[in-house]
Amino acid sequence: MSGAVRELPPVDRRGKGPGPAASSRSTRTPLGWWRNPWRRPRILASVTWLYLAWSLLPVLIAIGISFNDGRSNSVWQGFSTQWWWGHPESDPTGALFVSPELHAALIQSLRLSFLTMFIAVPIGVAFAIGISRWRGPAPAGANFLMLFSFVIPEIIIGISMFLFFTYLLKFVHLGTGAQLLALVTYQVSFPVIIVRARMLSIGREYEEAATDLGASPTQAIRRVLLPLLYPAILVSFVLVFADTIDDFITVRYLSGGASTEPLSVKIYNFSRGTLTPAINAAATFLLFSTLVIAVLGVFLYRRITRGQRGQTEEMTGYLS
Amino acid sequence: MRALPRRRSRDEASGAWYPRWYWPGFALPGTLWMLVLFLLPFYVVVSIAFGTVDPVFQSPLPVYEPWWWTKRYLVEEWNFATGEFRPVELRTIVYVLLATAICLVIAYAVAYYVARFGGKRKMLYLALLIAPFFISYLMRMLSWVELLQPNGYVNSVLSFLHITPHPINWLDGVPFTVVMGLVYGYIPYMILPLYGFLDRIDQSHLEAGRDLGANRFWTFVRVTLPLSKPGILASLVIVTLPMFGDYYTNNLLSGSPKTTMFGNLLDNSMEATGQGPEAAILVLFLVVFLMIPMLYYMRETAKAQRNQ
Repeated sequence: MSGAVRELPPVDRRGKGPGPAASSRSTRTPLGWWRNPWRRPRILASVTWLYLAWSLLPVLIAIGISFNDGRSNSVWQGFSTQWWWGHPESDPTGALFVSPELHAALIQSLRLSFLTMFIAVPIGVAFAIGISRWRGPAPAGANFLMLFSFVIPEIIIGISMFLFFTYLLKFVHLGTGAQLLALVTYQVSFPVIIVRARMLSIGREYEEAATDLGASPTQAIRRVLLPLLYPAILVSFVLVFADTIDDFITVRYLSGGASTEPLSVKIYNFSRGTLTPAINAAATFLLFSTLVIAVLGVFLYRRITRGQRGQTEEMTGYLS
Repeated sequence: MRALPRRRSRDEASGAWYPRWYWPGFALPGTLWMLVLFLLPFYVVVSIAFGTVDPVFQSPLPVYEPWWWTKRYLVEEWNFATGEFRPVELRTIVYVLLATAICLVIAYAVAYYVARFGGKRKMLYLALLIAPFFISYLMRMLSWVELLQPNGYVNSVLSFLHITPHPINWLDGVPFTVVMGLVYGYIPYMILPLYGFLDRIDQSHLEAGRDLGANRFWTFVRVTLPLSKPGILASLVIVTLPMFGDYYTNNLLSGSPKTTMFGNLLDNSMEATGQGPEAAILVLFLVVFLMIPMLYYMRETAKAQRNQ
């Protein structure tokens, strides 16, 4: 009996000619191809690759343009680094690392991003831990606030913060302080959502095991829960940094002067006027600094999750 | 029969005793932060919306006591909103719905392909799909501004292929450019949540659908689509709500009054001084408008969690 079954060789028919259902029809004709249940998903594959090309190629072109030799932002005129480090014959104020204005903005961008990252992530992680274990109606309300601050248009936070610091909290002057408070308010929901998704997938068993074995609640959190949350915390750090350094919507209303405008706001202001490849250089710099943080994050993530299976829910478990 | 000691909470049952304030203590800094820096600023917005205006400088004078609130400026602005601003609001809704629909179709196809057929290349696809998160929104818009210039590469390709005789000025109030810009800007935020939900669908459910006689189309409609509904809802909330306040996409890609959206009204009200409480009132209108889909979403997810 079993020998008879084994005589049939296992055949993987995926993508290899007609299966039994389609054997009577030809797969050469378009209709036959369409009806063949074993055909490869060529339409979906091409949609995916077209999408990827559409989403990434323009950015690669823009990065290339930052090394343009001429003043044009739309046509390639040869290679040079004059929009990055300046050129003896060109106007030095136009280059990213030479112009005092762009240089100050660059420092402001990095300062705001690092400060926001180190304030927002600890608050958010603690909030996520507390909210997942604390029962009752109060945490539901606090969680709604968090979710709402995540999905409402950023301009609403920008304007309400501007009015708040102009009319009520007048001692907070527009500038770095106001920018920082607003950025943390907007960004704190990122770690909350990412860490909560991770906590839901971990469950309570590890912690309960730890307390059953004699750990105090605080020990259970520090030695069991937190290590399990490290990947999610790391992803939060990277995402908060990436999103803060690009942020121009909230920050623009709260700058209070050209001296505290970060690079992102400068890019926005310039890109509505005359464009030069220096803008591309500035945007490429933001991209580069985000990449450095992301690579650092991936490196640490690898070290932490050695031996664990890859988890993607930190990135994709939004609002679930 | 001896009565068992009453358990005060589940935590106690698990071996450790947590003080009452233990978990709330963790959530306290975040809760306080959100109350003081998210809810309170919003109270200021409401106080300005229901407040008065300085007669000399035309700057708003917030009124913090609800019993002194006046509806005067709110009613004035409401008349604008239902009169002069109506075309802008309709345009915003049309653009946003159109962009959301295009986003959903493309994003679903891409997420579905990567989740089901990604195979060995899944990590590569995921990395490429996550890449836009690390590229600044400005950078991505800027690259289109440059491609769509009259002498940019889009026009060179079109004229090279003899599709158009002269270059098209894409950046001068063309609705197509704005909607495309919205799709381009927001679609990465839709693909990832959709992927997260589609990836969790058990293949055996689909096989069961096929075994029970449904063809490819009906398996998709009756099995895959319902199972991915929470993902669709979540991604719609993430993408559609922020789009309603978008002004920058429009400003960068068009800047023409022909394509003004509601976000531009908000932004303009911030740039002009002496407009009184206009900015606050417009913010209030937008928040009230966005509360409706948000509350619907919260109700749906609560329902889904109860059913599980």
